Amino acid sequence: MEALGLLLHGFAVLLTGKTLVLMMVGLVLGIFVGVLPGLGGPNGVAILLPLTFTMDPTSAIVMLSCIYWGALFGGAITSILFNIPGEAWSVATTFDGYPMAQQGRAAEALTAAFTSSFVGSLVAVLLITFLAPMISSFALKFGPPEFFAVYLLTFCSFVGLGREAKHKTVISMSLGLLLAGVGMDTVSGNLRMTFGSADLLRGINFLVAVIGLFGISEILLTMEERLALRGHAASISLRVVLGVWKDLPKYWVTLLRSSFIGCWLGITPGGAIAASFMGYNLAKRFAKEPESFGKGRIEGVFAPETAAHASGTSALLPMLALGIPGSGTAAILLGGLMVWGLNPGPLLFVEHKDFVWGLIASMYLGNVVGLVLVLTTVPIFASILRVPFAAVAPMIVVSCAIGAYAIQNAMFDIWLMLGFGIVGYVFKKIGIPLAPFTLALVLGNRAEDAFRLSMIGSGGNLGVFWSNGLVGSITTLAIVLLFWPVIDGLLARVGWTTRTRATSP
Amino acid sequence: MSQTDIEIVVDDPTAPEDDSPSVVSSGTIEIIVCLLLLALAVTLGYDNWRTGASWDATGPEPGYFPFYLSVILGGGSLYGLIAALLARRVVSASFVTRAQARRVMAVFVPTLLFCLVMQFLGLYVASFLLIAGFMRLVGKIALWKSLLTAFVFTAIMFVTFDVAFDVIMPKGPLEAALGR
Repeated sequence: MEALGLLLHGFAVLLTGKTLVLMMVGLVLGIFVGVLPGLGGPNGVAILLPLTFTMDPTSAIVMLSCIYWGALFGGAITSILFNIPGEAWSVATTFDGYPMAQQGRAAEALTAAFTSSFVGSLVAVLLITFLAPMISSFALKFGPPEFFAVYLLTFCSFVGLGREAKHKTVISMSLGLLLAGVGMDTVSGNLRMTFGSADLLRGINFLVAVIGLFGISEILLTMEERLALRGHAASISLRVVLGVWKDLPKYWVTLLRSSFIGCWLGITPGGAIAASFMGYNLAKRFAKEPESFGKGRIEGVFAPETAAHASGTSALLPMLALGIPGSGTAAILLGGLMVWGLNPGPLLFVEHKDFVWGLIASMYLGNVVGLVLVLTTVPIFASILRVPFAAVAPMIVVSCAIGAYAIQNAMFDIWLMLGFGIVGYVFKKIGIPLAPFTLALVLGNRAEDAFRLSMIGSGGNLGVFWSNGLVGSITTLAIVLLFWPVIDGLLARVGWTTRTRATSP
Repeated sequence: MSQTDIEIVVDDPTAPEDDSPSVVSSGTIEIIVCLLLLALAVTLGYDNWRTGASWDATGPEPGYFPFYLSVILGGGSLYGLIAALLARRVVSASFVTRAQARRVMAVFVPTLLFCLVMQFLGLYVASFLLIAGFMRLVGKIALWKSLLTAFVFTAIMFVTFDVAFDVIMPKGPLEAALGR
């Protein structure tokens, strides 16, 4: 197995003192942002990204991805102890996790959550280890038309499969693609949409937008809510941990089902939130006594947590193999790759072996270390919530400003960040999704270049997108997905599908 | 359910009241946003038309792609506008209540001031002022705690970015006086 050898090499890259320290720092910061209300995976990664600007790419990605794992772990702590989901994907964990804490089984629930997170990520990482190199070597044969077709597929599946109102997804995505085009046109060298402004000449930086959209707007949103909380304190003893682990084989069906759902929804842009609800609902449907769910059943913790983590991790697969992020956080990591001077895409596996396999190895190691870390330090992290938000909020604002300024050393970017903060706040409140915007902004130029290069190659003939079996089927699939709600409705009318779907409660 | 094992309690003295009256409804904001997006789509669409949005011998001109995106954005916001106008007759949810708006302004205005002050005094002084001021005035936290937290956090930031990682930040007279 070539992958195995390269993975071992990845571990060798990783096992230096410096990288291990960065990993720990990343995990601790990640759990911290996961526990704090109003901060989550994408926000944490976006705000802390500037810390990595001066590092080499491998250390940087190890630290950033560990922040991401940490945030995934951290979300479960507040869900179970305080009934406050730190992350949207932890909402389903509160259904049974909090009742367990009320019954004095907090330690058991936390262990179950952390363990299933670990299992979910592990399945997803195994998938990445063996599938990503295959996909990327296949994608090496891709020309511009194939790439454009894949980009089109990503955008269309967001519109067709997203849960938000379709026109809002379209608005969000076309706005992102438009703003990506501001500045110098890379193919012809012409200026576009700059209106004579020297600041707009550089274009709208993706990371500045993300820091505003996810950092500043999240502070505004959090301040709207009542921040008072009361919850259970818990410490985990080895006896409880071993007790839960001993029972683990009994739940293998639930774990496997949730991992599968998570991996699938992670690679397609369904996301961790949908995955956690679907995992929970399916576990409930297949249970012998579904009415016992919601009253403190350990399976009700296993199912959503496994799915959420499998999804969060496998979202990195398309990012690594094709340069297409499967989630908002993956999109930010992709933005990071560009800052560190790497060109995302299938060539990554050929030109930057150290980087790719270091990252994959860090997924294994980060999850093991993360599991041990959260199991031993839960009481400390739960008490972070005692720190008043009035102290945390201005610190987050300062970190955002540092991040936004550091990218291009431009004061204009600070104002841009503030503007995007307002946009993010308003968009979130009227239900315009931010993930399609983020994705469109980071992929916009690449998608346009691929389109125009295909057009130059074919002499302006759109038929190039159906010129061979591969590109033709991807393009057709994209169009089918775009109109999926319509097609699904028609099929239902004819009576072909029954339209029974797991819906969130 | 016993409440005795609850150990962590955090209060929020300035929390927004639940019965606060609504300032503006979501429907109204949706209409405003759609109008703004429509205006943006028209502006950008015009600019791209001027740049050249047709199809020449080598394929699309620079304005081609963004021009049609502006058309899609315009279409989407027009649809949203009509949908929001039609939904107005139904009672619309509150966008923000008065108490919530007060709290949002309590963090937005200091952030705005912070960005302004940064231009003159540099980032580190501005961040010290922001953290100390926000903790004291909005969070009602004891003055010495606010000042100490602000100083420690700013100092850590300065050491991390300016000294250790050489990341350049806007600086003001204080840094100049300290010779950095």
